[in-house]
Amino acid sequence: MSTLEIKDLQVSVETEDGPKEILKGVTLTINSGETHAIMGPNGSGKSTLAYSIAGHPKYSITGGTVTLDGEDVLEMSVDERAKAGLFLAMQYPVEVPGVSVANFLRTAKTALDGEAPKLRTWVKDVNGAMDKMHLDPSFSQRSVNEGFSGGEKKRHEIAQLDILDPAFALLDEIDSGLDIDALKVVSEGINDFRAREAKSVLLITHYTRILRYVKPDQVHVFVAGRIAESGGPELAEELEANGYEKYVAAGV
Amino acid sequence: MTAAVQEALELGKVESHLHPEGSFDVEAHEVPKGREEIWRFTPLKRLHDIHDDAPFADGATKVEVEAAEGVTVETVAADDDVRGLSGLVPTDRVSARAWAASTGATVVRIPTDTVVEGATVIRHHGTGSATAGAGHAVIVAEKFAKATVVLVFEGSAVVADNIEIVVEDGADLTVVSVQDWADDAVHLSTQHAKVGRDANLKHVSVSFGGDVVRHDFSAEYAGPGGSVESLGLYFADAGQHIEHRLFVDHTAPKTKSNVVYKGALQGEKAHAVWIGNVLIRKEAEGIETYEENRNLILTDGAWADSVPNLEIETGEIEGAGHASAIGRFDDEQLFYLQSRSISETEAKRLVVHGFFNDLIRQIGVPELEEKLTGTVEAELAKNINTLITKDNA
Repeated sequence: MSTLEIKDLQVSVETEDGPKEILKGVTLTINSGETHAIMGPNGSGKSTLAYSIAGHPKYSITGGTVTLDGEDVLEMSVDERAKAGLFLAMQYPVEVPGVSVANFLRTAKTALDGEAPKLRTWVKDVNGAMDKMHLDPSFSQRSVNEGFSGGEKKRHEIAQLDILDPAFALLDEIDSGLDIDALKVVSEGINDFRAREAKSVLLITHYTRILRYVKPDQVHVFVAGRIAESGGPELAEELEANGYEKYVAAGV
Repeated sequence: MTAAVQEALELGKVESHLHPEGSFDVEAHEVPKGREEIWRFTPLKRLHDIHDDAPFADGATKVEVEAAEGVTVETVAADDDVRGLSGLVPTDRVSARAWAASTGATVVRIPTDTVVEGATVIRHHGTGSATAGAGHAVIVAEKFAKATVVLVFEGSAVVADNIEIVVEDGADLTVVSVQDWADDAVHLSTQHAKVGRDANLKHVSVSFGGDVVRHDFSAEYAGPGGSVESLGLYFADAGQHIEHRLFVDHTAPKTKSNVVYKGALQGEKAHAVWIGNVLIRKEAEGIETYEENRNLILTDGAWADSVPNLEIETGEIEGAGHASAIGRFDDEQLFYLQSRSISETEAKRLVVHGFFNDLIRQIGVPELEEKLTGTVEAELAKNINTLITKDNA
């Protein structure tokens, strides 16, 4: 059981013109086993929310709290947050030249568990996760994200989700740039993960398309650094029909 | 010979700082003061006066040879005609002094058509002698021969040497020079290659140890179709000066050169210098060249100078390009790795390994690859305290 509690989170980034506030007080509780979708127009701050929770150094927390089962997440280093159960799938996964996927995954798993994975089951687990994401086994020998297509990068993120098995998945625009076949594969991966016990997902997306395959428990509309409205899956349908216009107009 | 024939046979003179006039006469080279273009990065005070008039004597290094089957290694007298076979003419005072002072030369010869399995290793072990040593070696891969020659420098010594490499038509030679010196060693090496028609040379310079290591590698082509791959890997620690000066002289048409040097620097006053010069002469039509230098600065207090130069006298070429970068750890890479539970220290280690891995794989000498990966690891371990301190900062 774990609960991620975000209270009045305020975040700013350094710009040439001084600090710029991006999140202006976000409050959100995600209970164990729940899937929340955050939807919003470009520049609304929804990705900032994910990166702030994961601890990206670019963002300064100027107010509010984030706790995981009562533990202060904001006090933790990036790797401590990951060990505490948070996983961030990135919109633009980073290339790490010269480091093979196999080496990367083994290093991550070893750091996570505090011991090296058992060789026999490990190879099987990795190959299985790759296979589910329609990635060739030779993929393991390639450098992390280097020369991957957009779709391969996203499928590689979900394969990591499968293998590293966190409690909380923060998925930042995992659906962007995917064709319909890749979207289905990625959605299946997310649903497999959700089917495990007590897994939570925060799904950040610009489009409603992925919500046809990954059904959220709650939908939040994110505008100008705040949650403008929350509701059930029906809210996504309304957004699909009417877009963000009424929120953007109200937000200004 | 008529003037016209003479003209047709000889390459035109090129007015370029990339191409200084050489001379065997030591006194033709003034004692450097430090302002000269070719010396401006080198810490002359740490050269034990070998750039001036410090005496040379035998015994600075002990040489061990492990010759692979089919390869002959012998020592010849200083007046042997083999010296100068590569066309090397000293372009600086240290090289000229080493040429004049060496009492003999080591000649490595791979006979025509011989394909050699395994590497020939020539190990120079510094004896700690207070007097500098002057070395000379000539490596000759005869027509259609194929071999790998590894020069290893270790221990403590002050050495100036000239290494000549001759790759005859159709031959395929790999020469690796590993500078794994003790902390107080000084090594100024001039390495020059002449690459024949359709011949391939892979030249690799690996520098880890030493107080001052300066390597000048130059290549010219004796015929069309020759190819030079020049790879370098270095790791400069606190106080260390590691300098590489490359010069590829495209003297023949349809020739290729690819230069890739990568280095990591860590600690106070770690200094790396890379000067990459490429000259494409008028007669060098249809050539292809690329040079690249990347430096990864691991800690504060280290610095790198990286200067690529490309001089083109003909536009009729396949391609010419260069890239140079000096950077610190990429925050995005570290964040990505850390977001997968990997600690900052471990993430940095992975990034550095990755940085060198591609290059180590390209060396293509299996017996070296594992050792180099291990050496990178050992270098990183030296600095692990600094990295950890930074983690907690």
